Amino acid sequence: MLKVKLDQDKCVSGGQCVFAAPEVFDQRDEDGVAVLLREDVPAELVDGVREAADICPALAITLQEN
Amino acid sequence: MVDTASVVIVGAGHSGFQTAKSLRDSGFTGPVTVLNGDAEAPYQRPPLSKAYLTGKSGFDDLRFAAQEFYARMDITLRNGVRAETINPAGRTLGLSDGTILPYGHLVLATGTKPRELTVPGSDADGVVGLRSVADADDIAARLETSRNVVVIGAGFIGLEFVSVAVAKGHTPVVLEFAPRILGRAASEPVSEYFLSHYRQQGVDFRLGTAVERIETIDGKAVAVVDSKGTRHPADLVVVGIGVLPETSLAEQAGLTIDNGIFVDEFLGTSDPHISAVGDCCSYPSTTAGRVVRLESVQNATDHGRCVAAKIVGTPRPYMELPWFWSDQGTKKLQIAGLNFGSDQQVIRGDLGGGKFSVFMYNDGELVAVDSVDRPMDHMSARRLMAAKVPLSPQDAGDPDFDLKAFALKARTAAATGA
Ligand SMILES: Cc1cc2nc3c(=O)[nH]c(=O)nc-3n(C[C@H](O)[C@H](O)[C@H](O)COP(=O)(O)OP(=O)(O)OC[C@H]3O[C@@H](n4cnc5c(N)ncnc54)[C@H](O)[C@@H]3O)c2cc1C
Repeated sequence: MLKVKLDQDKCVSGGQCVFAAPEVFDQRDEDGVAVLLREDVPAELVDGVREAADICPALAITLQEN
Repeated sequence: MVDTASVVIVGAGHSGFQTAKSLRDSGFTGPVTVLNGDAEAPYQRPPLSKAYLTGKSGFDDLRFAAQEFYARMDITLRNGVRAETINPAGRTLGLSDGTILPYGHLVLATGTKPRELTVPGSDADGVVGLRSVADADDIAARLETSRNVVVIGAGFIGLEFVSVAVAKGHTPVVLEFAPRILGRAASEPVSEYFLSHYRQQGVDFRLGTAVERIETIDGKAVAVVDSKGTRHPADLVVVGIGVLPETSLAEQAGLTIDNGIFVDEFLGTSDPHISAVGDCCSYPSTTAGRVVRLESVQNATDHGRCVAAKIVGTPRPYMELPWFWSDQGTKKLQIAGLNFGSDQQVIRGDLGGGKFSVFMYNDGELVAVDSVDRPMDHMSARRLMAAKVPLSPQDAGDPDFDLKAFALKARTAAATGA
């Protein structure tokens, strides 16, 4: 299963990941920093998560296939 | 028609890197070569005036990708090699290593170069700009020992530097030629807020004031004399007076230039085999209804994706909604849309407390929103503007109006324009 990792120190609160995969990413209301809702990505969410990693302006999202 | 035999990308900033990556992500199988004029591996610039400058992050955090990425994606990355000439008729590039490189399609992603100060003393030791990792290393080292810091230009980068300098115990003098700070891209309330925010921290702003000359001793800067005759002692002078599009290659090739390499809505230049992306190009913006040249990560990366789509044969006009962020110390400024003049401004949130948004309307239409520590306003604004869902000024300014919920309803439509 695809595993997703988020580096909150790199996050610039752009919210791109929330647009791409709202089931997997959310944002803190106070500073906009992204939060991960789940680490394991079920098959139906893989495309959205890949897009999130691609469009993150700070490259804060990494994917790990196992 | 785009010749897809091979693609050469000149420049490995955000737009060049994204173009190469998106080509492979979209299934392009021909050769992809990226000419990176810099000696370092391709890297992100925004942290240079933020976490990298404070020392919180290092070069590895700046890199777009590890070395093995380029091999895995079959992208030929040539660090330290510049394109020096284009032969558009023969479709070849002359490179700085003396070789000739043919291309099927050429993507210019050459970015910008800092506008240089021209007053006497500008080339003194201690007068520095902030564009590259070498600049940031130099400034970080100087911040440790310098006693008097002067900043020339109160734009985003100048002020981000100010926030870092203040955190390190300095109280810089800032000279700004315009009557207000951040005047080029932010609204008046945002300018006023940051002016008082930094003044409270001891920063000495001189507005409507230019630099007259830099005094030196033995080639080292010792003071800045401003246009009002005031002398500011200075052993570190950080210059942030804007950037100019890097168009020299394009000019040499005879491409149309208009405040940058001029491209159409598909990012094509006046030569059908050459496109241009990112900071270096100007293009007709559907958002603004005019030709713009933007300097932002959003613009650079969305251009990269758009040009890749064209090269693989699925062209779509570039229509993304512009957005931008800047970290001013611990405060975050975010901008959605483009403000080329507005006739109505509505404040949402707490202006005095430094958590507010400015909704800018022109002719009744929401054109831009500046947010200071209001990330959810920013997200909502982007959703609404991308989906072209109107928001009334009354609702925008009403603290009881649930903007986030309202904008979420527009989510499906907004996702495409995000
Ligand atoms: C300090 C700093 C802070 C910033 N902060 C933010 C921010 O917070 N948010 C934001 O949205 N944007 C920010 N920006 C702007 C953002 O970094 C730029 O918009 C972005 O880098 C543009 O990408 P680009 O690929 O178009 O150009 P660049 O990143 O400028 O890359 C162009 C590259 O092309 C190379 N090149 C040029 N000519 C040649 C040639 N002939 N041959 C080979 N290579 C060549 C250059 O060496 C350069 O590496 C910041 C910029 C700086 C400098």
